[in-house]
Amino acid sequence: MSSVAREWREIPGRYNLKGTKCGNCGKIYFPGRSFCPVCRRAGIGKIEEYDVCRTGKVFTFSVVHEAPDCNNRQKPYAVAMVQTDDGVMITAQLVDVELDQIQIGMPVRAVLRKLDADGASGIIRYGYKFVPME
Amino acid sequence: MDVGIVSYGAYVPRYRIKPEEIGRIWGVDGKSMGKGLMINQKSVPSPDEDVVTIATEAARYMMSRVPSVDPKDIGAIYVGSESHPYAVKPTSTIVAEAIEATPAMTAADMEFACKAGTAGIQACMGLVGAGMVRYGVAIGADTSQGAPGDALEYSASAGGAAYLIGSENIIAKINKTLSFTTDTPDFWRREGQPYPLHGGRFTGEPAYFRHITSAAKMMLEAVGTKSEDYDYAVFHQPNGKFPTRVAAQLGFTPEQIQFGLLTPNIGNTYSGAVPLGLANVLDHAKPGDRIFVTSYGSGAGSDAFDITVTDDIQNYKRDNAPVLEKILEKVVYVDYGTYAKFKGKIVMSE
Repeated sequence: MSSVAREWREIPGRYNLKGTKCGNCGKIYFPGRSFCPVCRRAGIGKIEEYDVCRTGKVFTFSVVHEAPDCNNRQKPYAVAMVQTDDGVMITAQLVDVELDQIQIGMPVRAVLRKLDADGASGIIRYGYKFVPME
Repeated sequence: MDVGIVSYGAYVPRYRIKPEEIGRIWGVDGKSMGKGLMINQKSVPSPDEDVVTIATEAARYMMSRVPSVDPKDIGAIYVGSESHPYAVKPTSTIVAEAIEATPAMTAADMEFACKAGTAGIQACMGLVGAGMVRYGVAIGADTSQGAPGDALEYSASAGGAAYLIGSENIIAKINKTLSFTTDTPDFWRREGQPYPLHGGRFTGEPAYFRHITSAAKMMLEAVGTKSEDYDYAVFHQPNGKFPTRVAAQLGFTPEQIQFGLLTPNIGNTYSGAVPLGLANVLDHAKPGDRIFVTSYGSGAGSDAFDITVTDDIQNYKRDNAPVLEKILEKVVYVDYGTYAKFKGKIVMSE
């Protein structure tokens, strides 16, 4: 359970796949980071905001049977590593799909879904999950 | 200045439950219940869907059809619903963030039973017409509540549609809007209560029918038209029966309401109902088509709209997002147990 302030800081990435790109070497970071560990000093001042592509393909996936409380009304459910069309690897839940229909290479797109909530009175967390492309 | 619809987007969750299945649990002839209400099935949101996610999906579809519109030019976002996830904390700010329209804009949540979405369209028309904003977004979306075993449980469903209102490149001009509003307690939900109450048959004549026919007649008189002047008509649809009857009372044919009547296949999406019906009409509309729209919200009021589709709909990138008929093709039926789990009707340990 993260703090409200942390949740708020992560909104750009969670809602809109906002990452960063090093203007020196071109490497994309998601979640975004303000420092490029490859270029180090050479990348300082050259880190740009970057919109990660919202479409991609299932790189690999797994079906989860022992769910955390936030997902106990959805189990069993699939979690996939999705390789976005610009090459970023994102781990997220796959929803609105029959588990036996999921295939590696399947085209998917990011949608906004409810991730979790702090009980009945706490904050509700929203973020990306992936669904099959129409 | 012409004000109208620049873009629209619609979304309905993929799960469905049939009246027979609901009736099976409560010892009621669900098939007859469905037949009486003219409801074959209703949509059910998955556990990770709520008004925020439905409104966002509709709004993203809306924006994808107008790639030339910068979301930063949206000056207002109103989300109408009676199932906002928070009692205090706007749905509209979350949707605004999700379509990257923040921060130089205003936002608010609206609530007027089933007509909060059309109330948002009117508010946006005012702001655009007054030159206060370039674009306004009005969304009607709900994951509506029906008490277990109550007649409402056979109809209360989930879905929503979003409208980008502006004065440039409008695909449908809103020629006029007006409303008919009274204090009529036909349906309500008190603060903190999980399910609404309603006045049974009182929701018919003095509520739905009086307000819709009054607003509709006021509109026909104001613009000097007759029912036959319209290609399509959309009426609020708490079930299939009411809009069919009110259309006949006003002289509209079954053909005119055919595309705007979705409730028989998705149930009553409350604030989403008229916006979704209008979206399906716009999915089929061509230049010059005239559309008559009258919403209804308990409590009570009706908003009427006289709309003409423009030539710009031919250049509109409708295919950038799925049309409603395609969205409604993806259907997965659930039993009552799954429905109860998805809707959070089963009390879980913390």
